[in-house]
Amino acid sequence: MSQSTTDAAPLSFEAALETYEPVMGFEIHVELNTATKMFSSAPNAFGDDPNTNVNEVDLGMPGALPVLNGAAVESAIKLGLALNCQIASFCRFARKQYFYPDTPKNWQTSQYDEPIAFDGHLDVELDDGEVFRIEIERAHMEEDAGKLTHAGGTGRIQGSEYSLVDYNRAGVPLIEIVTKPITGAGARAPELARAYATAVRDIVKGLNISEARMERGNVRCDANVSLMPKGSATFGTRSETKNVNSLRAVEHAVHYEIRRHAGVLSAGGSVVQETRHWKEDSRTTSSGRPKSDADDYRYFPEPDLVPISVTADWVEQLRAQLPEPPAERRRRLREAWGFSEAEFRDVVAAGLIDQIEETVAHGAAPAAARKWWMGEISRLAKTRDADPAALDVQPATVVELNQLVEQGRINDKIARQVLEHHLAGEGAPSHIVTVRGLEVVSDDGALTAAVEKAMAENPDVVEKVQGGKLKAIGALIGPVMKETQGQADAAKVKEIVLEKLGMTP
Amino acid sequence: MPEISRADVEHLSALAHIAMTDEELDKMTGELGVIVDSVKSVQEAAADEVPATSHPVELRNVFRRDEVGHVFTAEESLANAPDAQDGRFKVPAIMDGE
Repeated sequence: MSQSTTDAAPLSFEAALETYEPVMGFEIHVELNTATKMFSSAPNAFGDDPNTNVNEVDLGMPGALPVLNGAAVESAIKLGLALNCQIASFCRFARKQYFYPDTPKNWQTSQYDEPIAFDGHLDVELDDGEVFRIEIERAHMEEDAGKLTHAGGTGRIQGSEYSLVDYNRAGVPLIEIVTKPITGAGARAPELARAYATAVRDIVKGLNISEARMERGNVRCDANVSLMPKGSATFGTRSETKNVNSLRAVEHAVHYEIRRHAGVLSAGGSVVQETRHWKEDSRTTSSGRPKSDADDYRYFPEPDLVPISVTADWVEQLRAQLPEPPAERRRRLREAWGFSEAEFRDVVAAGLIDQIEETVAHGAAPAAARKWWMGEISRLAKTRDADPAALDVQPATVVELNQLVEQGRINDKIARQVLEHHLAGEGAPSHIVTVRGLEVVSDDGALTAAVEKAMAENPDVVEKVQGGKLKAIGALIGPVMKETQGQADAAKVKEIVLEKLGMTP
Repeated sequence: MPEISRADVEHLSALAHIAMTDEELDKMTGELGVIVDSVKSVQEAAADEVPATSHPVELRNVFRRDEVGHVFTAEESLANAPDAQDGRFKVPAIMDGE
């Protein structure tokens, strides 16, 4: 089915941008953190045993009737407002019909031509401060689907013999945010993709309407990419890369698709309109299914749910509850922390504002909090190919580690080891220091006492030193080391001896 | 003039996953045509400014409080499953859906 030109080698990113202008569009699905499902009172919870967070509504049993979760509607309105959208005064749900075992009803309850929020925008700032306005087409409410595990064969759907279905996720409230086509980003398109996904994640987190953990699929991004020749105003054929599950992957997926499309087009081929799957290991995409006639969902208004009418009063009441928008919050924190523009931008780019804010709230100085998160923790995250914010390091742990260093109980080098041990699951930093005996004796009191003892026990050595034989101090280091279980700093010992004898080091 | 063509019925049967013979398709094309024609008479009564009615009762905003209610055990969930494994529904691998 695929012509040879569709398999053409990707161009380099630079070469692609010389000829083509990328056009992007995003669909971001946000799982809400309500206590219950969108249409049933079963729990909305992650990680429980399969099929234990469902009832007759989620399983699509005959005669089961959905009832809308009011909290989910309020979350949707708040998100709409945060995205500067109009809120529909009247809207309905619709049935989106398809056969697939992830939905036992054979339709997904969604919104079709009457989304609860529409015509919004979001100003997205790139790392260097350049701002792009992303136009939001709509944000609508729907439900998540069950989770399929393909068994037999390779575990992927190709070659699998059967699938196992867990419906715990079925019916989890979702809001899908759809952008209008984004043009004019040029070579910055991949960065903008990442910045937009980051901004949406930060907004839903700030609104506290979602756990917002991408690695758990709370925020899932589908990236549409097409190319048009520079100077053209006619969009090319797009591909849709599905469920890209990290911020970095969003950037990489757009980068790769621009190169791939350019390769196909330059070889005289045409891009196939299809779903693509993101492959993290090779940072490429692979062909999913082409769009076809089967995508005929025959939407119609859901008869089992009554329409929603949102009054202006209700909207204003929710608007009043909105937290400080992330962009304003960033401005405020930068001033409070006294970071330079560049320092702060790096923190934002690394996605570590929340971590640093919490670490400061736990008692660390802003500069120290920044040093840890941007330094050692980021380095460790990099070696694990993860986002630093996704590492299991709590702000309180960072404060504890920092205090250990500030108190001189461990040095920076030991602190790095302690952090590694902490990530390996060995517990709190002070516990690790004690259990592993990592504490250095830089405590002057203990060290001075050990030196005094060694000097008292070795008067002959002391006499030699006083006589100018500085090398004789070496004979005192052994006893001091013995006294401190080898954790004394030799240079420091020498310094104390000379000080005691009134000699300058 | 029938509103429903044979191709429409073929398309619908594919979407609905219902296998139909040639005779059934012919018969259904005629029958659906009659149904659509009779429902069409509604258009004579409804003027252009009357929007399509999805919910005849003027009821709005029926919401549930966000409180956990009853929930099935895994055994109850799987009670009617034709096949199950590891607490999950076991279904044939479906290749064309995703």
